Amino acid sequence: MGFLHLFIVNKSGGLILHRPLGQSAPRIGTNEWLRIGSTFHSLHAIAAEASPVKLPGNKNSAGADDGIEEIRGGGLILKCLQTRTGVKFVITAEPGTSDLDAVLREIYVLYSDCALKDPFYELEMPIRCELFTNAIDNLIEKVESGGFKTR
Amino acid sequence: MQHYVNRGGSSSEGSAVSLSAFAYVYSELVQYHQGRAASISELERRLESAGYGVGLKVLELVAYRTKETKRETRLMSILHFVSSSVWKALFGKSADSLERSIDHADEFMIVDYEPITSTFVSVPPDLGQLSADAYVSGIIAGVLDGAGFSARVTAHSVNVEEGEYAKPQGGNVVTGLPARKDKAVFLVKFSQEVLARDAALER
Repeated sequence: MGFLHLFIVNKSGGLILHRPLGQSAPRIGTNEWLRIGSTFHSLHAIAAEASPVKLPGNKNSAGADDGIEEIRGGGLILKCLQTRTGVKFVITAEPGTSDLDAVLREIYVLYSDCALKDPFYELEMPIRCELFTNAIDNLIEKVESGGFKTR
Repeated sequence: MQHYVNRGGSSSEGSAVSLSAFAYVYSELVQYHQGRAASISELERRLESAGYGVGLKVLELVAYRTKETKRETRLMSILHFVSSSVWKALFGKSADSLERSIDHADEFMIVDYEPITSTFVSVPPDLGQLSADAYVSGIIAGVLDGAGFSARVTAHSVNVEEGEYAKPQGGNVVTGLPARKDKAVFLVKFSQEVLARDAALER
């Protein structure tokens, strides 16, 4: 299990969270992260237009906008979950890591619990909720030790 | 998770309200007051007054439902009433502990390891000691005042010591979140007349 990074992009393309998920994750500076976040946001939108197959209404089966769902590279898998509200949860991992979809969905649930129900969190702003980051670390730990069961 | 649902005088136990629904409504309540409060203590006071009215009504309702024929006149009995009957009616479980302060004879502590008012709340560092459970301390104050035991109730977030509270699954079963690092301690400070009256009744 080699989780690398998690980053979350809001509906306008701004980065609201980036978090290394393991020791093998390369350290990337904050400005780099902001660039990565907005670049991914634009590529996600362009990919839907460049695709030879157009989905009805340009929306995927989950009701979210069509766009990049997965990128497979030589040493990397990148998976993206976009919500109906335009928030994109992106996770990168070493090839061979399983359950990325389930982990992304679980992170979405944690976001809706710890960030959206927190009265001190402002929507679309960088997430500073301790509960959220602790829960993510806890989740990754559980997945790596094999104790994670999908809901 | 159990909560009061308004069904008139007689109702069957077990009407559950979703924790998420409560969390969203409570989050809006906190944001509403935060927008109108000029300081942290004012925000806490606003949350406490919001809970106070609930406390007065909860006292009547719980006393009626538990078929209490005599109202409580002793300090320890009213504290037990709050930490078990009122807690059960509101949160579906009794409070985790009821303690008496060693240093002050007029102070008692009600402890809850998983208060639902702060299950999903992360207090930012610039709001320091704010406890989102101030609403519950308002409820407790309302119950005590209504029963004739005026008290000042405040909510505090205290770190949980290692091994103090062991959950078998290593976290919250309902929410799936990891175990909390802090517990809510409701400090109840009774007024002097209440203590004097209780001491007189002792004799």
